[in-house]
Amino acid sequence: MSYIDAKKLIKEYGAGEATVTAVGGVNLRINAGEFVAVMGESGSGKSTLLSMLGGLNAPTSGSFLVDGVDVYALTSDGRADFRKKSIGFVFQNFHLLPYLTLAENVMLPLAIVKMSKKEKLAAAIDALARVGLSGKAHRLPNQISGGEQERVAIARAVVNHPPIILADEPTGNLDTHTGSEIMKLLTALNREGITVIMVTHSNEYAHYARRLIRLSDGRVVDEGTKLRSPQSGKRRRTRGKKEERPK
Amino acid sequence: MTLKNIVINNLRRRKARAVFVLVGLLIGVATVIGLISLVQEMKKDINHKLEMYGANILIVPKTENLSLTYGGMSLGGFSFDMQEIRQEEVAKIKTIKNAANVAAVGPMVLGPVTVGGHRILMAGIDFTAAQILRPWWSVKGKFPAGEDGVIIGADAARIIGLKPGDKVILRGRALPVTGVLEATGSQDDGLIFAPLAVAQGILGKQGRISMVEVAALCSGCPIPEMVKQISAVLPSGNVMAIQQVVKGRMETIGHFQKFSYGVSALVLLVGCLMVLVTMMGSVRERTIEIGIFRAMGYRKSHVLRIILLEAGIVAAVAGIAGYFAGVGATALLLPLFTQGQGHGAVSLDPVMAAAAFLASIILGIAASLYPALMASRLDPNEALRAL
Repeated sequence: MSYIDAKKLIKEYGAGEATVTAVGGVNLRINAGEFVAVMGESGSGKSTLLSMLGGLNAPTSGSFLVDGVDVYALTSDGRADFRKKSIGFVFQNFHLLPYLTLAENVMLPLAIVKMSKKEKLAAAIDALARVGLSGKAHRLPNQISGGEQERVAIARAVVNHPPIILADEPTGNLDTHTGSEIMKLLTALNREGITVIMVTHSNEYAHYARRLIRLSDGRVVDEGTKLRSPQSGKRRRTRGKKEERPK
Repeated sequence: MTLKNIVINNLRRRKARAVFVLVGLLIGVATVIGLISLVQEMKKDINHKLEMYGANILIVPKTENLSLTYGGMSLGGFSFDMQEIRQEEVAKIKTIKNAANVAAVGPMVLGPVTVGGHRILMAGIDFTAAQILRPWWSVKGKFPAGEDGVIIGADAARIIGLKPGDKVILRGRALPVTGVLEATGSQDDGLIFAPLAVAQGILGKQGRISMVEVAALCSGCPIPEMVKQISAVLPSGNVMAIQQVVKGRMETIGHFQKFSYGVSALVLLVGCLMVLVTMMGSVRERTIEIGIFRAMGYRKSHVLRIILLEAGIVAAVAGIAGYFAGVGATALLLPLFTQGQGHGAVSLDPVMAAAAFLASIILGIAASLYPALMASRLDPNEALRAL
């Protein structure tokens, strides 16, 4: 059984003739420690799918299991606890709180965890060190660059050691060089064993992932495992499926 | 980092909105405290002035008399069982439970005398007590020193033709006129006042008292209670409270008090609405922030606590600041309401301060409850939008 197992996930908005299908029966199996990129045009349903995988958006129908737990069968508090323990979100617009220092931003997920002040601060400093920002812990978000803000967002996502990171266009607001740095950071985290699921528009950044899922009109139209060599830029498809098949 | 740290940092770095909520509640609390303090101080001031109105309890002998006075015309009366109060009984007034509220006791003996061919009513009084019981008296000349002398009411002096320094002969006893009363518009204008013992001697009523006037301090105004207590120690007396003035004044204050409470409630309501609107705006502005919290695993109750804690902290500061602002405003306004005769300084009341503090927190949290619930019920996916 896969670590993440989504079956026939459907998400519809509206009712009657005005019903819009954002995700139309997606089957998805992701093993622990995978790095998956989700691609597709705007409106293809990739962000909706990511929010469903994050336990934030209940599907209209279908099942979604993480490590054998039916996430949407949990109560609201149960899903909040699931997100606290299992998911680290990285947002395109960083979404750092402007009134908190970088260390405080990173400590946000720990505010609802029983730990001493010292332990929380040590965890935040450690997470900032992992993204190369240990010297800027007491700065405010508006005192650092966009790339650094994204690094802080990643530090915040990993501070409580979640097994899954969901990244929504993490390089969307960054230049190519900084974007590559962020991708290397996500790759490094993936190598540590964290499952990374990333939504991106960029083919270049998608190739940092080991598997690529392409969505169109809310359906998986291409799914394949890719080997990549970021240094050489060479990559080849080893296994792929055109059009989605029920699993 | 705890929820409290998030709230405090938010308040520290987003001062404008916090100040807006603070001002809304502060004005409400200050108005309530100001009006309550003002009413209290006005009560104190009125009480102080009431003490200056003189006697408010009258003790007359028990009698079976039927009054034959109507429209200011006296037709005489029939006394079936006239008793008089014994002078030694008067001292018992000082032994009642509320003796501390008794400012002055004025025994008085009354009887008719003839002066210069005119029949006139003579009153024997204690001139020391009289100055407390009749603070409005103004005397041309002076009060009699010791037992030697009388003062005469304005009308009596005019009709008989007496002035300070003259001598009057009362039942064969010559006494100097030490002073003439300025017109008071009361019965006092037609009387001749002599020291109590002298009058008793002249009227042949040694040791007997016709009536007793009592000035009771009006703080808390336990006048009916004092009437009962005096009746108990003076069974031969008919004790009556002159309550009209007190009641009238207190009714006026009571109306003002009700008006104050009405205004206070209105201002508090406006303050709460300000808090509600500001917090609603705050929640809307922080929608994405709330989405981030929820994405990180914050429960609805965590979001609720963040919003309410924020409101509670601001409301607590507003409560303390509002109390001092209210007391300060009272100190400034009191002279206007008491014609510059404020009775002492406005005092700080720890109980009222604690009440203002708690009430402000309760109101602040109550007014923020709906925005907080709104925040906690936000769909995290909708809130984030970016995902």
